[in-house]
Amino acid sequence: MTSNSQVIKRKKIFEIPPARKLFMGIVEVLIALVILLVFVLNTEPQTLTTFVMTPGGIDIGKMADWVIPTLPTLITLTIIPALIGVYQLIRGFGRATNAMVGLSGLCLIFGFITWQAGGSSVNLAGMLTSAVLLAVPITLGAFSGVLSERAGVVNIAIEGMMLMGAMIGALVGSITKNAWIGLVGALLSGLLLSSIHAVLSIKYKINQVISGTVINIFSAGMTAFISQKYLQTNQVLNTPPLFTRIPIPGLANIPLLGPMFFNTNVFVYIMFILLIVIQVALFSTRWGLRLRSVGEHPQAADTLGINVIKTRYMAVLLSGLVAGVGGAFFTLGSVGRFNEGMTAGKGFIGLAAMIFGNWRPLGAIGAGFLFGFADAIGSKLLLLGSVIPPQIMAMAPYLITMIVLAGFIGKGDSPAASGEPYEKE
Amino acid sequence: MKREPNKFEEAGQAILQEINEPDQEQEQHKRSVWSVVSIPLLAILTGLIIGAILIAATSSSVYAAFGESPWRGIGAIFSEVYQAYKALFTGSIGDPVRIINALRSGEGSAIRAAFNPFLESLVQATPYIFAGLAVAFGFRSGLFNIGVEGQLFIGAACATFVGYAIKGLPFIIHMPLAFLAGALGGALWGFIPGLLKALTGGHEVINTIMMNYIAFRLTEWLLSGVMTRPDSGGMPISPLIEKSAQIPQFFKSPIRFHLGFFIALGVAWLIWWLLFKTKWGLNFRTVGANPRAAKYAGLSVPKSYMLAMAISGALAGLAGAVQVLAVNRSMALGLSSGYGFDSIALALIGNNHPLGVVLTSILFGTLRNGATRMMVVSRIPIDIVDVMQAIILMFVAAPAIIRSLYRLRKSKEGEETVFVSGWGGGQS
Repeated sequence: MTSNSQVIKRKKIFEIPPARKLFMGIVEVLIALVILLVFVLNTEPQTLTTFVMTPGGIDIGKMADWVIPTLPTLITLTIIPALIGVYQLIRGFGRATNAMVGLSGLCLIFGFITWQAGGSSVNLAGMLTSAVLLAVPITLGAFSGVLSERAGVVNIAIEGMMLMGAMIGALVGSITKNAWIGLVGALLSGLLLSSIHAVLSIKYKINQVISGTVINIFSAGMTAFISQKYLQTNQVLNTPPLFTRIPIPGLANIPLLGPMFFNTNVFVYIMFILLIVIQVALFSTRWGLRLRSVGEHPQAADTLGINVIKTRYMAVLLSGLVAGVGGAFFTLGSVGRFNEGMTAGKGFIGLAAMIFGNWRPLGAIGAGFLFGFADAIGSKLLLLGSVIPPQIMAMAPYLITMIVLAGFIGKGDSPAASGEPYEKE
Repeated sequence: MKREPNKFEEAGQAILQEINEPDQEQEQHKRSVWSVVSIPLLAILTGLIIGAILIAATSSSVYAAFGESPWRGIGAIFSEVYQAYKALFTGSIGDPVRIINALRSGEGSAIRAAFNPFLESLVQATPYIFAGLAVAFGFRSGLFNIGVEGQLFIGAACATFVGYAIKGLPFIIHMPLAFLAGALGGALWGFIPGLLKALTGGHEVINTIMMNYIAFRLTEWLLSGVMTRPDSGGMPISPLIEKSAQIPQFFKSPIRFHLGFFIALGVAWLIWWLLFKTKWGLNFRTVGANPRAAKYAGLSVPKSYMLAMAISGALAGLAGAVQVLAVNRSMALGLSSGYGFDSIALALIGNNHPLGVVLTSILFGTLRNGATRMMVVSRIPIDIVDVMQAIILMFVAAPAIIRSLYRLRKSKEGEETVFVSGWGGGQS
């Protein structure tokens, strides 16, 4: 079975449709053009950009400021996506296509900051640190999606599960005055909603997208209902304790990386632990192989004695747990109170990150960081004194999602049986 | 290749009949009406029951009464739910006593005021009809358009702009022009995900959701910049539209019942005619029912997707346009109370049929209108309507649950299934 599936896999990976190849190449060349026309041509030679490499409020893991000449940097940043784009158009990157699009996107974002901060300074480390934090819900949403889709169940309810998790996390955390118990509450709410999704889509075989929509509408309505009925009238119920920054001894002293990854929120650590756990469990254990085979070819898996229904239930429930953690991040890890609709599409962007990351945890976290970075810049724009209105910049993550998705779906490593209810014959 | 219309029309017809419409004999007609209507009706009933449970469970007076004695508690549950649903009823249909008194007195103004709750429900139903038709049209064509909300905003913005920026046109030209501008804006917003699906296979579910967020940011930016009202003092609100662009209301304020409701009925009929009486509609439905078979029958699947998304978007745009031109008369950010999202549930409950959409829209309009009154009387947040809608949608989508709840027998006819598959779906 292994050798057979390897053959199928290899075939799928190298079968990148010409439309997608062309589209991605054009996108990369366009990125190069934007950097050239907008940034390079509007920069005086001799300008210097100063990057502050220590986020504010940090006293360990300091790093000296980083001063770079603006124009040569921007020219380099033009050449990279241009070369990538031309190569993509002529030969194609095959498996690395997504990573190369990501790299080009990174060039655009970095080029934008370099240009915007030309002649002055910007706190790059602060931006990166907040990018990591902003990436947390997106990445956790993507992990949640990976778990259920690898078993063949499309989960667009991640948004709703996160919203509910955020509210329950705030409520339970406020009542118990304990962030950890709040987190457990969020986990349970994710579990509950995902069990509804599982029963509807696995047992009753209703369309998985519709079942997810049911949960999204329900969560939006229910959280708003409870928020108006209780949280807004009684502020005591909406002041959960926040998880504070926890430095990891030793590692926190590393310049730049220390503040970004080792002197930060518990949720960032949870994210990395989940990355390792899910990556290993899915791709290096028998459990993962079974789960993936259920998503790939349920009939065959059933013939081999794997319980398809049970496997799918388990995957969807795990997916709900992870989405619950992602939701808790909003109230217990970042804002410190619940606001209606505060997830603002992060669950859907998480799904996009999952697809961009080829249904793999490692790819998902990469995509999550890219989206987080774009988000971080959006929120820092006003400080930079940019001419671009904040509303327009706020569109960036959504636009990037759409560009990234064009042509990715249904190809690459997408689980073959994703979205199909399993009917035993 | 030369097309032979007869051949593929035949093939399409055959496929559709097999998938969509099992043989319906004349005598079975009565029973089939019941089998179509029973599930939604029971789902709505169950939704109301669960709503009642929610009302009782979150009412502080119920808990207080239970503290005194269990009997009082049960009594409090019933009185609380009765109060709330009475407010829902009088707020949406009207107070029977008041109506009778008004009819007795014979005063025109009193009669109109007494019937206003019902007329207001129809006002609320109007954008639902357009938005529900948008979703239903998408479903019939094999597309899941979750982007109705965004298309609605863009449509409203376009209609508003034409409504206030062009001056000096007569009503007979200006109003239709602004209305069509709304359709055009929505069509463009819907066409983009359709194009992406047709060209690259990008799934419309994610793309339309992303287009929603882009539309919100775009209108936010427009309303606080290009389209802002000069004397608004920084509030994101557009200028008032010209009198000539307004869709007329039939009665004096505060009765808002307007011509748009009848336009909506007309458009619903038009969509029914397009879907079920024309060759185009047949093509859309064939692609929607089975894209692979449609391809073999010689239809262009990508073309159908693009066109269907544009039409669906245009209908959504009309929902925004009618709201601006007939009710609000200017555009603000709180334009929609989630019409776009509600309309997904609405279309499915209405069996994706224009008539079903119209009926469900009136129901939803009634619910929302009544819930406003319920919020005033019983302090129950209006979002309870969303919860009920989600529950109704769940039961309509999973009729097996309703059947086991109410011990119904399974009908012999094939069930209406909606053809939305996973990320790989659609493109063959």
